[in-house]
Amino acid sequence: VVSPRYASLYFCCAIEGQDNELITLELIHRYVELLDKYFGSVCELDIIFNFEKAYFILDEFVMGGEIQDTSKKSVLKAIEQADLLQEVGTPQKIQGGPS
Amino acid sequence: MPAPIRLRELIRTIRTARTQAEEREMIQKECAAIRSSFREEDNTYRCRNVAKLLYMHMLGYPAHFGQLECLKLIASQKFTDKRIGYLGAMLLLDERQDVHLLMTNCIKNDLNHSTQYVQGLALCTLGCMGSSEMCRDLAGEVEKLLKTSNSYLRKKAALCAVHVIRKVPELMEMFLPATKNLLNEKNHGVLHTSVVLLTEMCERSPDMLAHFRKVSLVPQLVRILKNLIMSGYSPEHDVSGISDPFLQVRILRLLRILGRNDDDSSEAMNDILAQVATNTETSKNVGNAILYETVLTIMDIKSESGLRVLAINILGRFLLNNDKNIRYVALTSLLKTVQTDHNAVQRHRSTIVDCLKDLDVSIKRRAMELSFALVNGNNVRGMMKELLYFLDSCEPEFKADCASGIFLAAEKYAPSKRWHIDTIMRVLTTAGSYVRDDAVPNLIQLITNSVEMHAYTVQRLYKAILGDYSQQPLVQVASWCIGEYGDLLVSGQCEEEEPIQVTEDEVLDILESVLISNMSASVTRGYALTAIMKLSTRFTCTVNRIKKVVSIYGSSIDVELQQRAVEYNALFKKYDHMRPALLERMPVMEKVTTNGPAEIVQTNGETETAVLETKPPPSGLQPANQANDLLDLLGGTDITPVIPTAPTSKPAFAGGELLDLLGDLNLTGSPVSAPAPQIAQPPFLLDGLTTQPLFNDIAAGIPSITAYNKNGLKIDFTFERSNTNPSVTVITIQASNSTELDMTDFVFQAAVPKTFQLQLLSPSSSVIPAFNSGTITQVIKVLNPQKQQLRMRIKLTYNHKGSAMQDLAEVNNFPPQSWQ
Repeated sequence: VVSPRYASLYFCCAIEGQDNELITLELIHRYVELLDKYFGSVCELDIIFNFEKAYFILDEFVMGGEIQDTSKKSVLKAIEQADLLQEVGTPQKIQGGPS
Repeated sequence: MPAPIRLRELIRTIRTARTQAEEREMIQKECAAIRSSFREEDNTYRCRNVAKLLYMHMLGYPAHFGQLECLKLIASQKFTDKRIGYLGAMLLLDERQDVHLLMTNCIKNDLNHSTQYVQGLALCTLGCMGSSEMCRDLAGEVEKLLKTSNSYLRKKAALCAVHVIRKVPELMEMFLPATKNLLNEKNHGVLHTSVVLLTEMCERSPDMLAHFRKVSLVPQLVRILKNLIMSGYSPEHDVSGISDPFLQVRILRLLRILGRNDDDSSEAMNDILAQVATNTETSKNVGNAILYETVLTIMDIKSESGLRVLAINILGRFLLNNDKNIRYVALTSLLKTVQTDHNAVQRHRSTIVDCLKDLDVSIKRRAMELSFALVNGNNVRGMMKELLYFLDSCEPEFKADCASGIFLAAEKYAPSKRWHIDTIMRVLTTAGSYVRDDAVPNLIQLITNSVEMHAYTVQRLYKAILGDYSQQPLVQVASWCIGEYGDLLVSGQCEEEEPIQVTEDEVLDILESVLISNMSASVTRGYALTAIMKLSTRFTCTVNRIKKVVSIYGSSIDVELQQRAVEYNALFKKYDHMRPALLERMPVMEKVTTNGPAEIVQTNGETETAVLETKPPPSGLQPANQANDLLDLLGGTDITPVIPTAPTSKPAFAGGELLDLLGDLNLTGSPVSAPAPQIAQPPFLLDGLTTQPLFNDIAAGIPSITAYNKNGLKIDFTFERSNTNPSVTVITIQASNSTELDMTDFVFQAAVPKTFQLQLLSPSSSVIPAFNSGTITQVIKVLNPQKQQLRMRIKLTYNHKGSAMQDLAEVNNFPPQSWQ
């Protein structure tokens, strides 16, 4: 189990025996960076109140345990485009704290 | 019915709850509202309700009633609905629920949707939680998407294919054609996922592996990797100055699989591996991640030795890194390679030993294991010093393993007897209570074998328990030694160090304290009592005191002690004439191991060219019951010559060629004299320490011989060699009798030259029936580490036609295959 800590948040990632632990650290870091870019200086509350968004971002980055795209730009663009498809009247991306 | 509350609202409300009960109440209330909303088939708010349900599910509350609703959301036309619906499916559903199959049709439709993000959702869901049935149904669609030019979809389809293959390996073939062009892509996402797909295929199927080697996959990968390293800064994929490390690592891993056991592929990737190993920036974790993967690859393929040394040196550098993750990773890898590249790892020994002082527990453990693997004859003194220091200061959970490891290493590589004993003493005194129980008999045997050190040993042990007799293994060994060598202790002879003045009473004092102490375990008390008893023959002035102590324990509550005391009492009263003989010095015990310094010290003082080992015939050697129990307590040595009732079959030959070395030492089945070191060790420490070589793997085809054929008695030898231990030969003898009368009380004895070791197992019987109507079989195991020509002298005794017969013979016609 690879478990880096970012301020008050712990991320846990279970890997197999033959997997490279160090690159997993990088993977988690990349995910945090994605969250950071998306929410703008992400904090714990962002993730709590927008958990489904966190999932959507994760699903764009990793699938079935493997990385889909190694380009930060590409992943973020896909999320933004998908967000645009969301119909009006449904919760959009929250800026800053909870609304 | 008012509109259901918004998701954020719910989250905020739940977070205000101050107790578990309050939270539960809120959740239950909301669940009820959601359930009624579901019942009303409300389309507008279904999405919101399911989202809330997912939140509550994350908190740990049941949410199964939302499963069907997810399916309805997936079927909806709205993107928002689908997004939440698929997420819900991934969180709430898995293949154990029958409901999930209903998704298949929806996914199929969505895989062909006009919007790529919907297609993406479908691929994602299938690729994360698709069951085998779903995969089978939809594999075709995935394969189609694998060939599309849309890189967004292509990368997802590749990973979806990986999942399909994991679930249904037979479908692997159908994805093969699509893989042809995958690596020609520029898009890193597609490249990365394609490498993952290829890796999965190669790992699962040797045919695929062979195929990809043939189609020159390795040069292609090498080229891509080279471009990554050489190309300039690319902001999109850069991580701390390194270009797309994720892709690099995946390519390295695929190269590892391709190069494993394949010379050509390994050669093709040699250069690039060297390049990556030397050029990668190591200041940040990301560079080290790549180096780590590179090292793993180098060690796994058929790389040239220069490259391997480079890899181990990288690991050595990792050990000096401040980041303890990197140190941990290095130690784990070094552990794996220490067997194969021992010399290269030895160079980093001092760094590894330094890691013993690390603060982190996992690092310490691995450093310890690695240190034990690195101990050899040259460095044993230095290493032991470090390891003993470690034993002193390490956490309790390590002490047992460390102690056992030290014992093993000391046994293998001890430069001198004195050093060995000192080391053992040190372990016993620092970690005495953590030493494993089965180490005690081993130690006792070791001490017995070092004849010249007896005085020194007993003196040191005595001093050790004077201060503190709480550590059980230490006390046990010490009691045993004091019992055996107490006379040396009080006589004050000691060559190795300043002899101490000890009186008999003082010795008895300490043994009695052990007996009385609350800290002593029952076993320890047994040792102490027996030791006191033995001293009755070695001490001169205190026999009465000993008698008193022994009789006190005749009414002990502890049954074991009571039995011993009663028997010892009997020994004083009724069998006093036997006492000296029964309690005399233990003979040297022979250890049957296939490794290590096997010395057979001959206590009788005569050095002969042959070593005799016999096994008394199974019948007729039962001494009086009481004395027998005593013998068990003394360690199972059947001292049959002493007991007049038993017929001895091995009189000592004064000056004769056959030396009755070990008396009737019962070498199999007795707990003390045949200590099988079955200590649970980390696997690699068990190398070469099997006392029972495995004979399941037999080298066939060694011709058998007739070793003896005279007077109607014929003895044949058949041979087996063990594949696991080439120094061991198993000889099965078969004795047959062609005369008209039976041969009874048959005893077979054998002697071999000094460089060999012999072990005789029990014969099948002692009667050879007449007219060749039956045989006696007996197994002999011969250890021949120097691969010398096997020679054997045999002695046969038996009764035939009313008279005792006896013959000596030499066997010289051993076939070369039996000993070469």
